[in-house]
Amino acid sequence: MSQMSTHYPDATRIETVNRHTLAIVVDNEPGVLARIAGLFSGRGYNIESLTVTETEHEAHISRITIVTTGTDSIIEQIKSQLGRLVPVHRVVDLTLTGDAVERELCLVKVVGKGDHRVEAMRLASAFGARTLDATLTSFVYELTGSTEEVERFIKLMTAVGLVEVSRTGVAAMARGAEGM
Amino acid sequence: MSETMTGAEMVIRALQDQGVEHIFGYPGGAVLPIYDALFHQDKVKHILVRHEQGAVHAAEGYARSSGKVGVVLVTSGPGATNAVTGLADAMMDSIPLVCITGQVPTHLIGSDAFQECDTVGITRHCTKHNYLVKSIEDLPRILHEAFYVASNGRPGPVVVDLPKDIQFTPGSYSRPVNNQHKTYRPAVKGDMDKIRAAIELMANAKRPVFYTGGGVINSGPHAASLLRELVRLTGFPITSTLMGLGAYPASDPQFLGMLGMHGTYEANLAMHECDVMINIGARFDDRITGRLDAFSPYSKRIHVDIDPSSINKNVKVDLPIIGDCAHVLEDMVRLWRQTAPQIDKVALKDWTNKIEGWRARNCLAYRPSNETIKPQYAIQRLYELTKGRETYVTTEVGQHQMWAAQYFKFEDPNRWMTSGGLGTMGYGLPAAIGAQLANPKALVVDIAGEASILMNMQEMSTAVQYRLPVKIFILNNEYMGMVRQWQELLHGGRYSQSYSESLPDFVKLAEAYGGVGMRCDKPADLDAAILEMIHVNRPVIFDCIVDKTENCFPMIPSGKAHNEMLLNDYLGETGTDIGSVIDEKGKMLV
Repeated sequence: MSQMSTHYPDATRIETVNRHTLAIVVDNEPGVLARIAGLFSGRGYNIESLTVTETEHEAHISRITIVTTGTDSIIEQIKSQLGRLVPVHRVVDLTLTGDAVERELCLVKVVGKGDHRVEAMRLASAFGARTLDATLTSFVYELTGSTEEVERFIKLMTAVGLVEVSRTGVAAMARGAEGM
Repeated sequence: MSETMTGAEMVIRALQDQGVEHIFGYPGGAVLPIYDALFHQDKVKHILVRHEQGAVHAAEGYARSSGKVGVVLVTSGPGATNAVTGLADAMMDSIPLVCITGQVPTHLIGSDAFQECDTVGITRHCTKHNYLVKSIEDLPRILHEAFYVASNGRPGPVVVDLPKDIQFTPGSYSRPVNNQHKTYRPAVKGDMDKIRAAIELMANAKRPVFYTGGGVINSGPHAASLLRELVRLTGFPITSTLMGLGAYPASDPQFLGMLGMHGTYEANLAMHECDVMINIGARFDDRITGRLDAFSPYSKRIHVDIDPSSINKNVKVDLPIIGDCAHVLEDMVRLWRQTAPQIDKVALKDWTNKIEGWRARNCLAYRPSNETIKPQYAIQRLYELTKGRETYVTTEVGQHQMWAAQYFKFEDPNRWMTSGGLGTMGYGLPAAIGAQLANPKALVVDIAGEASILMNMQEMSTAVQYRLPVKIFILNNEYMGMVRQWQELLHGGRYSQSYSESLPDFVKLAEAYGGVGMRCDKPADLDAAILEMIHVNRPVIFDCIVDKTENCFPMIPSGKAHNEMLLNDYLGETGTDIGSVIDEKGKMLV
């Protein structure tokens, strides 16, 4: 094989790991979430966040939004593995369709007095967070925003007496006139 | 027209409406109503196995030898968990099955009731799909849908878990107009642009090879005949995976034999040096590819598969075509005829010559003996003496399985049943029972090892009960041969627990079950003994005492590439210690 210079291909390339947001439309039947979550754990994929609720009650259809990470080839595998589950109707990679709107909601409880309490109020108003509950020593704020915004907000609140966080995970939708 | 009947009656009626003739099962508390409904009719015949794993493998053998969906009926709890190995096996090898499991009554689910287990939870990952039926209204749809899901797209096992109270509940049954799932519609037609591109790639190939797999078998006999047509039209060489054997006739000169870990020298080197690989219905399993980064380094790859998740899973391909093998092959044959491409005859001649050079290496040669029966010789004689008959072969798992694949030549699809993906010891005997039931006049042989056969030995009772004259041909070397071979390769020949101690007397065992026992330990007596076995019209255990030290070659050791094969005279020619051929990284692999 003279035209073949080497028996082996190039050295292994390190592929970059990217974050993808997937929208999955499924039949809302018992066990469907276990099927999807189990697929991720069984095949060693990551779930960064997962949100699910029935979106069409008449047709019993739910929309699941999963944020996952992986190399391009792993993301491709994840999508085709999801696609072959019987109750899955569609899998759309919102990261590939470009510039999707991604939001999540978080609730934070901060406890403190004096300067900390004043600073917490200032930060909350700077981020545009809503006050859902207040006592003389505590606040519960609600913030809706991108994951990065939420992360920043939580990090700042940690310094002024954050005691509890609850987050929904990402809900996402492609921009523009076209529906999924 | 709808009729009122109980859930249990619906199960039997749905099976009748699906044209099911045989089911394999084992009764128990949670399926008693279904067994009672079974009692009141005679269209669906029930085969009583001796262990639920046997029921599933029997259904697999039945399905793969007949092209129908195999049906299993087992009870809740242990009935379902015993079936799990068989379900996982069917999942890996894409065998269409419907397995109905009993479940404790709905109001007891979750209470740790007697013989309760979370069947849908346990089988979620080893089935294509599963259902827990919670209302009688859903039952007719689910039963028919289960058959649709099992047999459409990439086939696989489907579990229907049926609580006992639903089996007693009356409801209205009508045969659905179509049993399609409401949304599940796998694509069967390939993209014509891609098929055109594939034909062009093939037409310009200088060193092409077909690499075909179980997908061709699953697609039906029509796919196999289209494959034969395409291979003959192009004149290209063809190799097959373990699961694909029989799709193309093994005696044809274009056939290179099986490829992969224990594949032939010529098949593996053709894969290594080809410039165009045409994968039809195979999935680049690790037993096929060997070392991935050195797999077929010079080829453009075409991959025809019905399952999009098989594409680019292990090996990157250049031209994926999603579709059913028969549909895509039909388009390929038509296009090839229409375009009548100018192939590079000189290059193809060179390629053929090169392959013939590899073939001349005669990689399946072994040292014959007049003293002991060589296992390879036993398979060769079995093949020669059954040639021309309608013969179905099943195997257990291990060395004997690989020898069967190497030395038994399959001319037709659906004649070869083996546990390829999961590698389940104990598969062969129940699968043979299923195959014999589907093909009552045929000769059905389970090529077995003395260790594997003991894993589902109890099914001998089933064979005797239903007068199924299966032939169990044991290559008895008193070792778990493949384990011993790997211990030689990886662990300095320390045969930890791989000696088959305290074996039963297989002749007496056969007789105890009510079958016929035979033993042969001399090469000179072998032919007569095999002929006698063939002519006995009862289940036979044939204890063939073979060379205890023989290993299975050629072999691509773990972590090595197709061009780094070990051949049978490896030790003789080079004097290399067999224990040193796999490096540290390779030892980590399976």
